[in-house]
Amino acid sequence: MSMPPRTVTAADRRAADPAARFRDLLAAEWIKLWSLRSTYGSLALVAVSALLFSARAALADHHNWPDYSPERQAAFDPIHDAFPEEGWLFIMLAAGTVGALMIAGEYASGQIRATFAAVPDRRAVVGAKVAVLAGVMLAVGVLASTAAFWLSQAILAGRHAGASIAEPQALRAVAASALLLPLCALIGLGVGALVRHTAPAIVVTTTLLLLLPLAFDITNRWTAAIHNALPVPAWERLVANPYIALNEHLATVPGSWVVFAVWPVVATVVAALVVHRREP
Amino acid sequence: MIELHDLTKRYGGTTAVNRLTLTVRPGHVTGFLGPNGAGKSTTLRLVIGLHRPSGGTALVNGRPFAERPRGLRHVGALLDAGDVHGGRTARAHLAALARSNGLPRSRVDEVLGEVGLADVAGRRIGGFSLGMKQRVGIAAALLGDPPVLLFDEPFNGLDPEGVRWVRGLFRRLAGEGRTVLVSSHLMSEMEQTADHLVVIGRGKLIAEESLTEFAARGGRPQVVVRTPEPARLTSVAREADGQVTTAGDGALAVTGLTAAELGELAFAHGIALHEMATRATSLEEAFMDLTADHVDYLAGDQR
Repeated sequence: MSMPPRTVTAADRRAADPAARFRDLLAAEWIKLWSLRSTYGSLALVAVSALLFSARAALADHHNWPDYSPERQAAFDPIHDAFPEEGWLFIMLAAGTVGALMIAGEYASGQIRATFAAVPDRRAVVGAKVAVLAGVMLAVGVLASTAAFWLSQAILAGRHAGASIAEPQALRAVAASALLLPLCALIGLGVGALVRHTAPAIVVTTTLLLLLPLAFDITNRWTAAIHNALPVPAWERLVANPYIALNEHLATVPGSWVVFAVWPVVATVVAALVVHRREP
Repeated sequence: MIELHDLTKRYGGTTAVNRLTLTVRPGHVTGFLGPNGAGKSTTLRLVIGLHRPSGGTALVNGRPFAERPRGLRHVGALLDAGDVHGGRTARAHLAALARSNGLPRSRVDEVLGEVGLADVAGRRIGGFSLGMKQRVGIAAALLGDPPVLLFDEPFNGLDPEGVRWVRGLFRRLAGEGRTVLVSSHLMSEMEQTADHLVVIGRGKLIAEESLTEFAARGGRPQVVVRTPEPARLTSVAREADGQVTTAGDGALAVTGLTAAELGELAFAHGIALHEMATRATSLEEAFMDLTADHVDYLAGDQR
């Protein structure tokens, strides 16, 4: 490769420096996300958990249906079979991990310095990460949530006990479960930006999402308020998980949507601030 | 062109870079030398805006690099070959960097071919040797065809062929009119690479000059000679105003006399010589002398 000796003139520099386009950053983050094996592993975990656990819950009710009393049959909530807690815990873990790794993986490996040498505008890098992560996770969430709903209700339809997505409660549960994935992923990203090491970032994300709600007593008004403001209890409220019956200080539905909105916004702002301020 | 003015970086109580003022000009390979912990890597990180200066400025082609929204067309930098996610293939790593700066996909294959990694482009970087990682880093630095290139310790882990190739590459880049700054803690690596030297120690500028000027600091050349009669040769050489020291395993090191003068003296006195050589490694010594007062981490007792 030979090149004429260069004298850098202003015109020259303009020609060599096309406008910085945000969509190029989106494309770069897209390449980065899909060139890591951990992404595929996490998404496989989401798919398997969404289908297997909802199928299992629905099949159990389908099997036991003749033994249920008429009162129990009347009070039966088919929607919960689509979103059993034990299966969705895996999904939250997988989504939180993808988010945490997206940024902590770069800091821990040193890759972030190569990234910032290429794109000195760090807030734009965070913006692109947030957009790609939220977009991908929302798409995955919609697929997982509707697939789990469809599969479980199709099984329950054999007992004429299935719900239709047109029912307001059903639509709310499907939407909340779809949004749960980008929510958990963005919280993971915020934690990853703060902690900057992969294993601790995953541990902190998991603790925040899955363990912290258990630490607050739901019989006390004030600790119940904190519990209700955490992302996973808000999801439980929106899908009308039977566990919420134990909560004497149950959150409102609009209040739970607010929780759903505030956490990812806070996580994004935290990530943008710390990435911009702290030296990599 | 890189211009540092009073550049200072403090971390807590330690000053890593201390009021560094210097200009790195295009068209040269500038060697950036200093002992371990002298502040070389910190300076390079300040230049590309990864760290913010505590004082002073670092300008690349007249502007702080951090102000530019995209960097690859302005500066290509290899800071640490390990600064890469090992889980990605070389091609995916470079493709993401290229795409972030709006560079065409074809540039990725071009630079992969240029650094000799075309055959392993589809393999994950985590499995690469250090030398191969250095090549990935060099490929990334070349992506945007930038006018300024920074390389921090690029020789680490390279095999002799790789070292030769990198030297040729640096000279070619400088020959194309680019600014090329190469850091190292070993003078020997710079000797055949750089034509201009910047030496720092404990964050301060010690020397900024051409390689020839630097070599002139090395003092008088030395003649190392081996003889079966060291005592007689020593007295003969001293009579002719030479300074003689023992150079280990029985050899003598003579300064103040040229090889020709010493050879003729020995001949005139009938002293047999088994070996005689002029030592030209004075650059290394000049570097050691120069930085002796600025070394942070000195190993054990001086032997």
